Amino acid sequence: MIFISLFITFFEIGLFGFGGGYGMLSLIQNEVVHNHHWMSTAEFTNIVAISQMTPGPIGINSATYCGFTAVKNAGMGTTCAVMGSATATLALVLPSFILMILIARLFLKYMKTPLVESIFSGLRPAVVGLLAAAALLLMNKENFGTFSQDPWRFCISVALFLSTWVGVKVVRINPILMMAFAGFAGLLLLY
Amino acid sequence: MDRFYWDSFKTFFRIGAFTIGGGYAMIPLIESEVVDRHRWLNREEFLDIIAIAQSCPGVFAINMSVFIGYKLRKLPGAICSTIGAALPSFVIILLLAMCFTTVQDNPVVESIFRGIRPAVVALIAAPTFSLAKSAKVRLSNCWIPIAGALAIWLMGVNPVWVIVVAGLGGYLYGRLIQPTEP
Repeated sequence: MIFISLFITFFEIGLFGFGGGYGMLSLIQNEVVHNHHWMSTAEFTNIVAISQMTPGPIGINSATYCGFTAVKNAGMGTTCAVMGSATATLALVLPSFILMILIARLFLKYMKTPLVESIFSGLRPAVVGLLAAAALLLMNKENFGTFSQDPWRFCISVALFLSTWVGVKVVRINPILMMAFAGFAGLLLLY
Repeated sequence: MDRFYWDSFKTFFRIGAFTIGGGYAMIPLIESEVVDRHRWLNREEFLDIIAIAQSCPGVFAINMSVFIGYKLRKLPGAICSTIGAALPSFVIILLLAMCFTTVQDNPVVESIFRGIRPAVVALIAAPTFSLAKSAKVRLSNCWIPIAGALAIWLMGVNPVWVIVVAGLGGYLYGRLIQPTEP
């Protein structure tokens, strides 16, 4: 039953998703693309793009979208897909909800102890690794093409990757604007 | 009827609907609404809540809304503010998803997304280094992210295990090794 596995999957993502939306992407990708095969890498990257361009937290955006796409790809109708969205979003929020209330009630005084500090001294660097892994896993032929099959598309893709990096990190162009430029370049050069 | 419930719903709805980029881009908006406008918290409490919401798993904006709602009006408050924060995303994405599935095979849309996808990969890759700085990754502990990334990328390890092992490792380090260091 896809709804139950959606719920379990996104509950798990909400429970282990440290380091905000980007850190969560690695978990989402691992589950929806590699474990459950609910969608292809290209579809997942499209979802990430749309989640970034639309308002709201990227974690909620991508959970809503992944829930929709997973059910849709399973061959069910739009009403079921909306239910899939609701399931994934609720499941993602629920661990936060329980945990934050527990902390607000009981554990506030434990949050600054050396013990919690030492757990986070291991967690924080690991989240950096998660982010790097998400990026590395997305550098594949679905997103970039292959040099042997379509050298033109591959070179354009690499050029867009590099110019986005420089644009965002060095020139400090707004990421959403940068994605709009990349989309325009795709339309001109890859159509 | 306590106006707080409606106010907190509206406030977090606005925060969810008008911040693009999510997470930390929301901090200034939440601050101006919660601290300056409604005076639900003072600035010091606000900073504490940011620290807690950041160190907990889950979506940062949701963590903030749960904590603030609960702090002020217990469970009903938390429910109102959380629904407020999540609803705009939910509605906007659903509308887009419905349209997009019908146009995604259109060659024009496909070529646009062929251009956008490499840019998205760069947008995910680029913050790795600034995150490394704020997570205090140094020469002595840079093996942790590198080992984690390689385990996920090359060996197909589930990222959840990397999180669990890293937390456990940090705990054991603080418990056993750190006290013996000079």
